[in-house]
Amino acid sequence: MSTVPVAPPPPPRTAAPVNYLSVSHSVRSWLLTADHKRIAILFLVSISFFFVLGGFAATLVRLELVTPRGDLLSDDGYNKAFTAHGIVMIFFFLIPSIPATLGNFLLPIMIGARDLAFPKVNLLSWYIFMIGGVIALSAMFLGGVDTGWTFYTPYSSTYSNQWVSLTVIGLFLAGFSSILTGLNFIVTVHTMRAPGMTWHRLPLFVWAAYATSLIQVLATPVVAITLLLVAVERTLRIGFFDPALGGDPVLFQHLFWFYSHPAVYIMILPGMGVINELVTCFSRKRIFGYEAIAAAHVALAVLGFFVWGHHMFVSGQSIYAGMVFSILTFAVAIPSAIKVFNWTATMFRGSISYDTPMLYTFGFIGLFTIGGLTGLPLASLGADVHFSDTYFVVAHFHYIMVGGMVLAYLGGLHFWWPKMTGRLYPEGWAKFAALVVFVGFNLTFFPQFLLGYLGMPRRYHAYPEEFQVLHVLSSAGASILAVGFIIPVVYFLWSLRSGPPAPANPWGAKGLEWEATASPPVTENFADTPVVTEPAYNYASEREPEIV
Amino acid sequence: MKWFPTVASEWALQWEYHNLYLHFWIAFFTVVIFLGVFWFAVKYRRRSEDEQPRPILGSNIAEIVWTLVPLLIAMSMFAWGAALYFEYASPPENAIEVYITGKQWMWYAQHPEGQREINELHVPVGRPIKLTMTSEDVIHSFFVPVFRLKRDVIPGRYTTIWFTATKAGRYHLFCAEYCGAQHSRMGGWVYVMEPAAYEEWLSGGAAGSMAAQGEKLFAQFGCASCHLSGQQGRCPNLTNVFGNRVELSGGATVVADATYIRESILNPAAKVVAGFQNIMPSFQGQVSEQNLLQLIAFIRSLSSAGSLGVPAGEAGGIGQRPPATPARVDRRTQGRPRQP
Repeated sequence: MSTVPVAPPPPPRTAAPVNYLSVSHSVRSWLLTADHKRIAILFLVSISFFFVLGGFAATLVRLELVTPRGDLLSDDGYNKAFTAHGIVMIFFFLIPSIPATLGNFLLPIMIGARDLAFPKVNLLSWYIFMIGGVIALSAMFLGGVDTGWTFYTPYSSTYSNQWVSLTVIGLFLAGFSSILTGLNFIVTVHTMRAPGMTWHRLPLFVWAAYATSLIQVLATPVVAITLLLVAVERTLRIGFFDPALGGDPVLFQHLFWFYSHPAVYIMILPGMGVINELVTCFSRKRIFGYEAIAAAHVALAVLGFFVWGHHMFVSGQSIYAGMVFSILTFAVAIPSAIKVFNWTATMFRGSISYDTPMLYTFGFIGLFTIGGLTGLPLASLGADVHFSDTYFVVAHFHYIMVGGMVLAYLGGLHFWWPKMTGRLYPEGWAKFAALVVFVGFNLTFFPQFLLGYLGMPRRYHAYPEEFQVLHVLSSAGASILAVGFIIPVVYFLWSLRSGPPAPANPWGAKGLEWEATASPPVTENFADTPVVTEPAYNYASEREPEIV
Repeated sequence: MKWFPTVASEWALQWEYHNLYLHFWIAFFTVVIFLGVFWFAVKYRRRSEDEQPRPILGSNIAEIVWTLVPLLIAMSMFAWGAALYFEYASPPENAIEVYITGKQWMWYAQHPEGQREINELHVPVGRPIKLTMTSEDVIHSFFVPVFRLKRDVIPGRYTTIWFTATKAGRYHLFCAEYCGAQHSRMGGWVYVMEPAAYEEWLSGGAAGSMAAQGEKLFAQFGCASCHLSGQQGRCPNLTNVFGNRVELSGGATVVADATYIRESILNPAAKVVAGFQNIMPSFQGQVSEQNLLQLIAFIRSLSSAGSLGVPAGEAGGIGQRPPATPARVDRRTQGRPRQP
């Protein structure tokens, strides 16, 4: 995005440029920083650590399922492994992933601000996240928790004799991190946009982050209090959910999914935001249907609040409630479809390059399409009766969460890596890794659709022998997927020291983060506050735009 | 390795047609998007570094088309799925009833004639079967893949499920809702039998019908001294109560179905019959769910109302055997193609 400086340009510097990384190297300067870019790096390191832990738990699960007998882990050990995988990946990787890393780093720069509205609250958010994470992890290392990440009552509140209370206290705290980040983003987008950065010129990544923040602020308190009620029922035996104490076990499911379904959109919306940036840059095109996509982002956030009951079609909720939730769930498919069509149309008559971020974009569009469409049988009241709680559900949400969100995250990380670190990564290795991830992912999760159709229930430690072939394929795919995740870790770490220095705008991309600041950016992002004079994604700006 | 699971109930066949329709559209849109992305990526690949493709802002017509067309298709999916679900939630009145209790980590079944099974369920081909289910502890889920049927089994309430099996055989029964350490071992087999074999199985020694077993419990827990003796005035007489409307103190009325009877045994103060004081002790923690079902079967046997008056989809009457009418005359299954 071209900018007009409000003041005359500063005199040329003679010393080496000071950026947010080189400004100080002490540990203290990192732990007490209020710079959104440094906090983003703190989150990046933290969630990468959690991703490795969650991946380790997934490895145990997939190894166990190679044989039908349940012979590698005890049944308790297996249940703790899939619970650890779910809790770590959802609460400590997926939910903070793009908002707290790329969002923290980019959102202020993209709108021409020098920081978030509340820089110290931003740091507080990281500390709360870490305290919550340490508490949840300590529960896992003290003995573990075996309730699944869904904590269904009365199993979690009365029958499980594991570390449930400690875990939910950790999650309760981590929720506040999510709320604070969301609040910070909302206030920042409302109050700190640079001159000329109107709502209609906002990069769609910012729209997506804004919609995500709304969900974080509105929904997270519900799950926080719900989990606390589970802990209260466990410790004080006050009946909320256990019918033996006068409670209602299905009430828990309503409260839990009132958060946890919108949380799905916390996890996928930022990924969609990233794809908007990538598909335009590597097609060198204006986004097709800016308003439609922006509206679809917000529509997903709003509609996402009214579909929680589709998790309970076979749980004894009334058939009329089921019908309302079913029709709204079909409706929520439409904004996602609109986005996929618009991204595809953005490529139409473009100039498409095959750089690594674009490969991840291709992967995202394809896998998100499959993930989204396979949500339709789960939205159908009739079809869900069979598919509910089978591997079909597991495959569906992994296509969204890994095929969608993780691919978008990796695509975004490659795209902005030069900006964040000032270094280029090796393109050949990156393309190879993207291919490995795509192949490994599909081999892991496509067989799980078939398993679900054949009737394999989820969360099974041992299973009938006829399912073994598909489980072995899935585990083989998981090992390929693991290689695809390890390669980028190696070359990213290598590039930090040995990668070629990155220019300010290596992709020829539009946007303030590329055009108005260096790589890496200086401490307060801009020497002078930029003034925005053109719409987002103004590629090929000298040519007359058309409306087809 | 089987790629297509057995279809062994009438509902499963309906489910397969619906699922085929859904997956036709899934395949269609997946192919459209994949071909679109692939074609554009090849056709419009960057040929020189200084290409400046003409910007396209969008298209209102395209936005309307790709909003409305998927919406219409989605609504057709919704309507079909909802119709199927109504059938799932509406057991026919002439169904054979079987009572299921889930418990970590076992399935108990009892037939009205008194036969009890653990981790097995025997049913005949061609007759609608209705299962009334509850749990002793946590939430379980009764799942038979060849019937494409599942329903959560919830402590503190009765849920129902029904099917008409079409193919004799031995089929997997799973627990589909995670229920603790041995969740994956909480399963067994459903035996679908030819009617003659089923009748033979059913006649094998049971210790009296469910209602008879309930009558013994009724005496054993001391219920009979109040509820059936002549001491009218202290307790409501339970003859002809089941299936009828009961007036409560406070003016409300309630249909005396299984849920109400169960609640009145465990928590007598919840809904007191008009004209009576609540002097009955609670039996919470003293009666197992299986015994509760037997008690309800006995109380039902005292009534001529049967399961009439019980709303469809709710757990209805307990413990009575309907007349043996073949499935074909059932109004819900009339004219339905039978699985060969």
